[in-house]
Order: sequence, then C-alpha cells, then structure tokens
Amino acid sequence: MTELVTDPLLRRALLETVILGLACGPLGVWVLHERRAFAAESLSHAMLPGLVLAALAGAPLLLGATGGIVLAAALVALAARDARVGGDTAVAIVVTTLFGLGVVLALRPEVPARLAELLFGDPLGATAGDVALAALLCGGVLLALSFGGRALRLAAFDPAAAPSLGVRPGRVALALLVLLAVTIAAAAQGLGSLLLVAMLLAPAAAAIRASDRLAVQLRVAAAIGALSAVCGLELSRSLDVAAGPAIALAACAGYVLVAVLRGAPAPGARRSLRRAPIDQLTGSR
Amino acid sequence: MSDVLVEAVGLSTGYVPGRPALRDVTFAATRGQIVAVLGPNGGGKTTLMRALLGELPPFEGRVDVHGEIAYVPQTEDARLDFPVSALDVALMGAYRRTPWWRRLGRAEKARALDALGRVGLRERAHDRFGTLSGGQRQRVLIARALVQDAPILLLDEPFSGVDRASEATILGVLQELRAQGHALLICTHDIEQGRGFDRVLGLHGEQTFFGPGAELDAAALERTYGEEIVTLGDGAAIAVQCHQHDHEHDHGG
Repeated sequence: MTELVTDPLLRRALLETVILGLACGPLGVWVLHERRAFAAESLSHAMLPGLVLAALAGAPLLLGATGGIVLAAALVALAARDARVGGDTAVAIVVTTLFGLGVVLALRPEVPARLAELLFGDPLGATAGDVALAALLCGGVLLALSFGGRALRLAAFDPAAAPSLGVRPGRVALALLVLLAVTIAAAAQGLGSLLLVAMLLAPAAAAIRASDRLAVQLRVAAAIGALSAVCGLELSRSLDVAAGPAIALAACAGYVLVAVLRGAPAPGARRSLRRAPIDQLTGSR
Repeated sequence: MSDVLVEAVGLSTGYVPGRPALRDVTFAATRGQIVAVLGPNGGGKTTLMRALLGELPPFEGRVDVHGEIAYVPQTEDARLDFPVSALDVALMGAYRRTPWWRRLGRAEKARALDALGRVGLRERAHDRFGTLSGGQRQRVLIARALVQDAPILLLDEPFSGVDRASEATILGVLQELRAQGHALLICTHDIEQGRGFDRVLGLHGEQTFFGPGAELDAAALERTYGEEIVTLGDGAAIAVQCHQHDHEHDHGG
C-alpha cells in the first residue's frame, strides 16, 4: 500500500485519480439529480475521435478531448433542431457515429497502438503537468458547483418557479453540461473514454442511496470517488491489472456495497413516492 | 405612486409566434386586491401567468408589472424525490436577494422559519418536502413566496388537491397579504370562491369577463366555461372540468 505514495509513477497516478474522484463525485450527484446521466455517458464516448486525432498528431489528449466534445455538442445541437428527431435520438445518432469514427481512426495502421489507453485510460502515464492541469480544472469545477449550488438546487427542484426566483433553468442546464465537458476532458487521460462515466456516476449513485440530505450526498460522493481511486490503484498494483478499469470497478463496488448496506429505500420514502399522486388528489396525508 | 401593480392592455400571447393561445386580455390588479382568474383547462390561465412572469412575449398589446413577482406554481411541478426539506424550500425565497457569493445566514433562516410558522408548518420544517401531503406542500410553496416578500403574488391553482384545513390556512395567509397591500392573482376552478375575491378575470382563449365577482352572471360564466358549466338550484355554479387542451404545449392551463 505504501508504494502508492513512495513510487513516483504510482504517486502521480494516485494524485490525479484522487483529484478526479473528488470532482467527479459531487458533479455526478448534480448530473443524476438533473437526470443527465445519458448526456454524461454520451459526451464521454463522443470525444473518442478527438482523442485519436490528438494521439495521431502527438498533441495533448486534453486538447483532443476538448475538440471532440465541442464537435459532439455542435452536432447534437444541429441534429436536435429537427423536432421530428428529438434530443435523445440526436444524441444517440451523433454519439454512435463519433464513437464508430473514433474506432475506425484508431485502428488505422499509422495510428500509435493506443486504442486501449484511449478507451480505458492510463493513469500511470500521467505526468506532473497532467496532474497540475487536472487539479486546476477539477478545482474550478468544484468552485463552480459550490457557488452555483443554489441555482442548481432550484433548477432541479422547481424549474417552473425558478425564473421568478432569479434562476433560468435552461442556463443552469447549459452550465452543468459545460462543467461536465470540462471534467470529462480532464479525466480523459486517467480514466479513458469508456470508463470515466463509472467514476462520474457510481459514487454519486451510492451517495444518493446513502443519504436523504443533499449536502451529505455531495460530501459522500466526493469521499467515495477519492476512495475508489485509492482502492482501484491498490487493486491494480497488487493484482497486476490495468489501473483505469480497476478504479472503475472499485467505484461500482462502492455503489454495490452501499446498496447492500442500505437495503431497500426507507419505508417512509417508499410510501411517500407511492402515495404522492393520491395525496395530490385527496389532499390527505 | 400608482396603486396599479400589474396591468395588461390588449394582451395576446402564446407559445408559437402568430398563433396566440390567449387573446385580447385587458385587466389591472392594484395594491391590496385579489383577482381570481377563472377558466377551463386550456383556457389560458397558466399562459397568462407565464406572460406576466416575462416568460412569454406579448404578440400584441402590453404587460406592465411594477415590482417583483413571487410565483407559486402547482405542487406537481416540483420534484418530490429531490432531497430538500420544507425549510430548504422556504429558504429558496431568499435566493434572489442574497448575493451569489454569500451564504444564507441566520436572518434568512429565521425569516424562513417564521414563514413556515405563518402557514402552520414550523414543526415540520425539517421534514423532507416529498413526504408532506399535497396541502402541506402547497403551504410550503406559499411560505417560500412569503420569504420572497414580493409585492405581487401569482398563485396557480393553490387550492387544487388541498384538504379543507390547508385551504383555510392558505386563505387566511392570502387575506393577510391582501391587507398588507400586496396584489394577488389566483387561478382557481372554484367559481364561488372566485366570486368572493375583489375582482374576477374570466379566460377561455380570450378574455370573457373582468369585474367584481358580484357581476359575474350566467352569460359570463357560459362564455368562460361553455358547456362545462353547471348551474345548481341555489343559483351557485360549478365548472365540470374536461381534461383536454386546446393548444399545443405540455402544461395544464
């Protein structure tokens, strides 16, 4: 276990993934409360062509990830303009197209053999610069979530009344997508296009199962995210398996553990959700 | 200073340019006045609210609003599974006046608790919003509007699905606000209750009536509700609501 701290390679990997876990957890809580899990998965998959092109050009993966996400967002916006297609269908078409394009590009002979790294991440390849950049981006995301908490809360809870309280839900949704894109780009190196969604959503889902209080959910998600990074890297080191998938597995194991410990939803919560429509009709409790 | 807080003159508005969902509305609400907004589902009540909130542009005519608006939507618009307590919801009323960089402090919390006390829910302040009954949730949303302390209140069917005790509490608070000089617009399906307020505005895709409740006669009711109106033996009238929409969007009008 101490090797995670003493070995420079492992220490950088640990630092980068813990930083990502601390940011991904709370962001994931908002993503789930805003019901944007599909967008999170889609954006992370859609950046693959950008990552491949960056690898081909020898450019930083962050640059490729950013380009890939911007392209995906523009194509989704373009496709969604046709009301007959609809937003979800537009996302599905664009993402599968871009993911397919990414794989085709990645399998060309002139591309360095890095497809696995791009798909599943390589935290052990993180440089000091990568760690610093991840810290900067994730710190910015956490600050934005902290100062934007009220707007996020109101937009998620009561979008109909939000404008009269000074919050535009459309702008909040856009801001959340931007934060999501920044985090995905920051996590591309360490966790890869396919697996980073586990770090984003599994600790958040576990935290939502663990507590009924939003403030607690945000802190628990950050803790589970960071702990997943530590456990995943240790698993990778001790069993000699790939680090990115090990971290993703640790994050998902965290969710399973919380789900088992918490069991079924609390009787009160179950009853309230089942009876809510009846309460609205009768006004009774 | 004028006593008129909300005014619409020749207002036509809607969701698709060139296709107004609501036409030719002219009314005013002054300080210390409650205006009941009556009309069938899809008649344009919520459309009017959204136009007054500035969310829908006037296609014709104009809307003048003199002061901040507190909006109390229908409770089903709020997410029941979202992890907020009654106190958290009441505190949302303080968001607009608190700079984004400053945390909500004791003063805001005290105001929110006081507002919950006014609607009889102080002891339920820490209960999760989604576990409250329909009437209690409505009272929490009104507490949020009390914390907002806006001169104008728009309430979208605040008595819908509300038990008698909650209805009496809500009516008491609304009358207090009226006495304090607030202007209130209340969408309701209860014609007899609407008649009891200071003014009645009838809507059915267009304005069908505006005036004192006592002048709301059978002809005005028929223009407002069409075949959905039933007159009872004692002269009272009730609207039989057919759940249909006559325009293209996804909310209850």
